[in-house]
Amino acid sequence: MLKIKEYVKAESLEQAYELNQKKSNCILGGMLWLKMSDRTVQKAIDLSGLGLDTIEETEDSFSIGCMVTLRQLELHPRLNEWTNGAIRDCVKDIVGVQFRNLATIGGSIFGRFGFSDVLTCFLALDTYVELYQSGVIPLEQFVGIKRDRDILVRIIVKKTPVKCVYMTHRNAKTDFPVLACAAALSGQTDNCRGYVVAGARPGRAIRIEIGTEEVMRLRKGAYTKEDLRSLAAGLAKDIPMDSNMRASAEYRSHLAEVLLFRCLSTLQERGGEV
Amino acid sequence: MKVKIVLNGKTREDEINSDQLLIDYVRSHGCYSVKRGCETSNCGLCTVFLDGKPILSCSLLTARADGHRVETLEGLQKEAEEFGAFVADQGAEQCGFCNPGMIMNAIALFRENPDPSEEEIKEYLAGNLCRCSGYEGQLRAIKQFLEYRRRGGESCE
Ligand SMILES: Cc1cc2nc3c(=O)[nH]c(=O)nc-3n(C[C@H](O)[C@H](O)[C@H](O)COP(=O)(O)OP(=O)(O)OC[C@H]3O[C@@H](n4cnc5c(N)ncnc54)[C@H](O)[C@@H]3O)c2cc1C
Ligand code: FES
Ligand code: FES
Repeated sequence: MLKIKEYVKAESLEQAYELNQKKSNCILGGMLWLKMSDRTVQKAIDLSGLGLDTIEETEDSFSIGCMVTLRQLELHPRLNEWTNGAIRDCVKDIVGVQFRNLATIGGSIFGRFGFSDVLTCFLALDTYVELYQSGVIPLEQFVGIKRDRDILVRIIVKKTPVKCVYMTHRNAKTDFPVLACAAALSGQTDNCRGYVVAGARPGRAIRIEIGTEEVMRLRKGAYTKEDLRSLAAGLAKDIPMDSNMRASAEYRSHLAEVLLFRCLSTLQERGGEV
Repeated sequence: MKVKIVLNGKTREDEINSDQLLIDYVRSHGCYSVKRGCETSNCGLCTVFLDGKPILSCSLLTARADGHRVETLEGLQKEAEEFGAFVADQGAEQCGFCNPGMIMNAIALFRENPDPSEEEIKEYLAGNLCRCSGYEGQLRAIKQFLEYRRRGGESCE
């Protein structure tokens, strides 16, 4: 059971950061993951008084405060319009509405959980994290960094034109995903890149770039079904899988071919100009 | 520490432990409809409204509700009874342990989306587990209640 000796509502990020340098203290996100741990926290540091619970849209990006809930992401019209509904698709099966009204994007991304739908989806977008101490770095870089005692302040999604799609396979509707996949075509016409992302492998999500020629063909809608299947199979081969209680590595590799085929087919259908 | 919470319309000031969970706070004030059905934030039995939004009271520190409005089924008697009658009519439940959490979340659904499709109902209530019944009766009750409201039965609001 989680025990908390003292609750501190932080008055500034500076104060929160300083408190968080002590190993026995801990930042509170939505506390859903934390609550399952068996530990005693000296000071639980609450960031909920710092105005970090809003999604702001500027000319070139969406800036998402770390205390924004998964439900806020799900219901945000502009963010979902921008991402073809991929954001909604990535959170809608996480436990239930009541849960998503509490779980935060900060806790979800900072945790860098292998099973994370949220991490998988945001990796497909042009995403950066703003850390209190280390500044702004690309999410892809952040995923590979060992956990330290910094504070994740905001998630920034650049408004690079994007077509994207998100899909998972789950053994039961609101269980953790057996495999999570996202695919995206991103960038201007003359500088368009393509990515597929796989999460819940069950390791942390990884992103693989699709070759320039393949991206061109996808955008032109030039692939036949069979060609798309082999493109998906080729990409799936490069994704390392493992086994756990939910599925074997072999099963996940097979799922990856199927899900990536479906993701790429959807992208091609939406096709054309990004 | 001290907290001030508006619980079912009544402002209360209490001295609490830093790690008290909201479920234990509301129960200590006699709101026994709020139940703990799991240790993993999965079952939805503990659903209450925080500033009008459904949340899991088993997973929120009471400290975080300081200065906010909390409602439980005890505070929503009229709405709850009206819809609850349809659940009872369908014989939708067996042990009934899941009932208060499900009713709370169904009310949240009706407020947010007065005319939900079957898919939307299922999606909204996916976090309310029932260990006995298989959900069909609950779904029928919700559909009949919505039909009753469409035909001009008294509104749920
Ligand atoms: C039963 C259950 C089922 C779940 N199912 C899924 C699922 O199917 N798919 C999925 O993607 N996710 C799932 N999750 C994970 C969930 O969606 C959240 O990602 C998770 O709970 C963490 O978010 P939180 O807000 O609860 O963070 P917390 O539990 O509060 O925090 C998690 C960690 O991050 C730290 N932290 C939090 N915020 C910050 C910050 N701003 N800066 C620095 N450190 C911070 C905390 O100290 C803690 O170590 C599940 C979780 C549970 C408990
Ligand atoms: S008691 Fe099960 S979700 Fe709260
Ligand atoms: S009727 Fe028994 S848990 Fe739902």
